[in-house]
Amino acid sequence: MKYLKSFGAFWYDFIVGDDWHVAALVVGGLAITAVLTHVAHVNAWWLLPLVAFAALGWSLHRVTASRRQ
Amino acid sequence: MNALPLILTVFVACTVEAVEALTIVLATGITREWRSTFQGMAAALVALAVITAAVGPAISYLPLTGLRLVVGALLAIFGLQWLRKAVLRATGYKALHDEASAYLREVAAAEAATKEAKRGVSDWYSFTLAFKGVLLEGLEVVFIVITFGTNQQNVGAAVIGAAAAIVVVTLTGIAVRAPLTKVPENWMKFAVGVMLTSFGTFWGAEGAGVAWPGNDAALLVLVPVVALVAAAYIFWLRSRKTAAGAPAKQSEVVA
Repeated sequence: MKYLKSFGAFWYDFIVGDDWHVAALVVGGLAITAVLTHVAHVNAWWLLPLVAFAALGWSLHRVTASRRQ
Repeated sequence: MNALPLILTVFVACTVEAVEALTIVLATGITREWRSTFQGMAAALVALAVITAAVGPAISYLPLTGLRLVVGALLAIFGLQWLRKAVLRATGYKALHDEASAYLREVAAAEAATKEAKRGVSDWYSFTLAFKGVLLEGLEVVFIVITFGTNQQNVGAAVIGAAAAIVVVTLTGIAVRAPLTKVPENWMKFAVGVMLTSFGTFWGAEGAGVAWPGNDAALLVLVPVVALVAAAYIFWLRSRKTAAGAPAKQSEVVA
């Protein structure tokens, strides 16, 4: 069990890293892009870059704002 | 797409990983024992070869659309984490990754550890340290080579970039026998973060079904735009810090 936990922790740290919100936003952005493209037939190529920029900005704001307090 | 951007991207990304692995290997070998250190390195390289042999061909059998969706998501997440750290380091919110101080930390830890023979290895500490260091950094190299190579359908070019990086860093390490402190690591990480985020966003969106305007040529716009946005975040954080008059926090431990 301990081995499994450390194995999981390694992959979590390797892929997700310090801020899971970024990973969640990227996955959410991809899901919405897929829905817009396949269901609403909108070629939403612009959505994922916007989500990526917003995720980075929000993550930077959160970590630096907490340090300033 | 021309193979040169792919080779250069993989080369820069793998150089950063190789420099970090070299620091650990040098600190262990010089302070403790080269034989066990090389055994640890060799064991890690065998493990990496097994992982690559198992994962590489399996990935090539996956449908390209699904592969681009999953790999694009992983690369975008990976790239944004690299960019986040690079921006925080560039603005003083996170201590710069200093190979000289990382080397000194490793040396101090290696000197403090006791020597213990185990499983045919004369110094188990040197073995495990070299094994972990090379395996962890090597996994990132394998990840980058496989994802970039399969997505661009040019694994050979990605391997050339990675191999060139490892050879250059190894030869430089042998020549100077010291950690490569002159490498502008943060700016290289910034550049790699930009490339990973751009390629990840491009492939991820393509996997989700979008058609990029101009097809592959969209990357020529996406890469500079990602770099500009990240640079703008550096400018924003610096100006905000200056306005607040807050001192830079340098105490964060760098992983």
